Amino acid sequence: MAGLRVLVGVKRVIDYAVKTQGVKHSLNPFCEIALEEGVRLRERGAAAEVVAVSVGTRVCQETLRTALALGADRGVLVEVGEGAAVGPREAAAALAGLAGRLRPHLVLLGKQAIDDDCNQTGQLLAAMLDWPQGTFASRVEPEGEWVRVQREVDGGLETLRLRLPAVLTADLRLNEPRYATLPNIMKAKKKPLEVVAASEFLGGGSPPAPPRLRVLKLEEPPPRGGGQRVDDVPALLERLRASGCI
Amino acid sequence: ILLTVCMFCICCQQLKRNMPAYLAPWRASPCVFRSSKSELMPNLASDGVVCAPLQTFTEEETMLKNMVTKFAQERVAPLVQKMDENSKMEDSVIQGLFEQGLMSIALGEEYGGTGASFFSIILVVEELAKVDPAVALLCELQNTLTNKLFTTYGTEEQKRTYLPRVAKDTIGSFCLSEAGSGSDAFSLKTRAEKKGDYYIINGSKMWISLAEHAGIFFVMANTDPSLGYRGITCFIVDRDTEGLHVGKKEDKLGIRASSTCPVTFENVKVPETNILGQVGQGYKYAIGMLNTGRIGIAAQMLGLAQGCFDHTIPYTKERVQFGKSVFDFQGMQHQIAQVATQLEAARLLTYNAARLAETGRPFIKEASMAKYYTAEVATLTTSKCIEWMGGVGFTKNYPIEKYYRDCKIGTIYEGTSNIQLSTIAKSLAQEY
Repeated sequence: MAGLRVLVGVKRVIDYAVKTQGVKHSLNPFCEIALEEGVRLRERGAAAEVVAVSVGTRVCQETLRTALALGADRGVLVEVGEGAAVGPREAAAALAGLAGRLRPHLVLLGKQAIDDDCNQTGQLLAAMLDWPQGTFASRVEPEGEWVRVQREVDGGLETLRLRLPAVLTADLRLNEPRYATLPNIMKAKKKPLEVVAASEFLGGGSPPAPPRLRVLKLEEPPPRGGGQRVDDVPALLERLRASGCI
Repeated sequence: ILLTVCMFCICCQQLKRNMPAYLAPWRASPCVFRSSKSELMPNLASDGVVCAPLQTFTEEETMLKNMVTKFAQERVAPLVQKMDENSKMEDSVIQGLFEQGLMSIALGEEYGGTGASFFSIILVVEELAKVDPAVALLCELQNTLTNKLFTTYGTEEQKRTYLPRVAKDTIGSFCLSEAGSGSDAFSLKTRAEKKGDYYIINGSKMWISLAEHAGIFFVMANTDPSLGYRGITCFIVDRDTEGLHVGKKEDKLGIRASSTCPVTFENVKVPETNILGQVGQGYKYAIGMLNTGRIGIAAQMLGLAQGCFDHTIPYTKERVQFGKSVFDFQGMQHQIAQVATQLEAARLLTYNAARLAETGRPFIKEASMAKYYTAEVATLTTSKCIEWMGGVGFTKNYPIEKYYRDCKIGTIYEGTSNIQLSTIAKSLAQEY
């Protein structure tokens, strides 16, 4: 079934690679890989349309513009109020609602975001929609009404065949994202970018459920202490016992 | 300062004196004064951006800047040392520039370009120069010289033939200088004799940038020496034309990755239809193009200085001597602050000249100032950076010494510093 509609989630995260006076934000790298896969599917003729979605405040529009410059056909911002917490649960709920409206055949997300490293949104979304999921994808091949997904798992590589519509999350080795070429950057301005209020999907009028997670503490790991050399295994065991580790 | 100038404006107006021209380019002025000279009134309607800092970019310009930074870091930076040592530009870099659309930034979409602003070119050149000024030069010459020559003076036929090629994969090269004519460009001796509906070109050019890789050459030759410089005509010559010979490239001090070769013409036959613009108008085109090209070179020098500075300061903060970081010594801080201030001034000069050119206002004086000043600042910055780095600044293991070598060309090509100063003085003479 050529002509798939692909929904790609893109998250605006802090760019740790850039040291500037202000904090620089950019597109989550795993979302970028997911987007690149969507664009490649369209270029191969397997997909007809790639829609980029972001859930957040109005400033996420710049992330969507970057997604448009990277090849998405149109963008949708699910706008939340200032200061609203958008964790995996809220993001998945918003995406589920949007999927109900847009009816994509495939939802591509990054496996996790580099700011919270949750690795939950894709899985939660699949559960909410009751769709099959292929997470940590390192290869995606549509086959008519199915999609063949190769996953990177602890034991090696696992290949699944999922019936569409499905949710996939992109892992690092799925592809190498392109740079936004200059012509695409200029074309991005003309591509449609829609803004939808999150309240349409979250809670449907009633106040949204309070966040169930509270961040207690956020700190850097302690500086690495010095190490000690031991001569052989018995000495190692003795040291471990002495320090109370075993 | 704002208040003083406002008072001055009002005084001038009351005394019915002519508004000094130096206030004309100052678009940040919020005073709306009623002057008899309409061109001096800040044209708020068409400018769009009023009272905004010069570093204000449109969304596209910001996206473009980010993309080029990423591209330069990932695709160019690893090859810089190799390209400098071998004095050769890598094919992957040239291809990358074309693929990203960086060689046809302001060209119209109908010819395969992007239709972005002139200021975008300046931003791209600056970002590329932070990593490798030689690569920035390639991008700069293609955009401000080759593309501009075609779009400004080319016939429809010429544009249709050549523009898609230069947008896709063909580099253009501008042949003006000769062994005997550098600053005195119009005393060039290359001759073009008319023979029916074609011309025969004989002569030799020197110091021709990008000649090694260029596919198209703009050759400035004199069709009628008795007319002096009014005989100079611009010819479009394909590389594979018989009689055109690109000589061995120069072994240079800096921007070594960018080729600089002599190019000789031995009975090169060029059809009449390959004349760019009008016969005998070549000198005008050269001057016109070099005026905007100057801003591009200013951007290159600016990026060079900034890139060198960006490499140096983190080192000074890390390096510890006498119990504190080198950066923490007051003597160092003062030097660094001075250099940073001059860098900022150079940046504003360049950006302002670019914005002036973009909005179609007079910019020749400002462009000359930008080019002259950024070249000087680049020389000072790189020299200081080597000192601040100490011994490591002097070795090839660190990129600093390359910037120092590269900056010297800034005061020499596309109009030497002396020529720039003369141009500025001429402009000033006309104002008073």
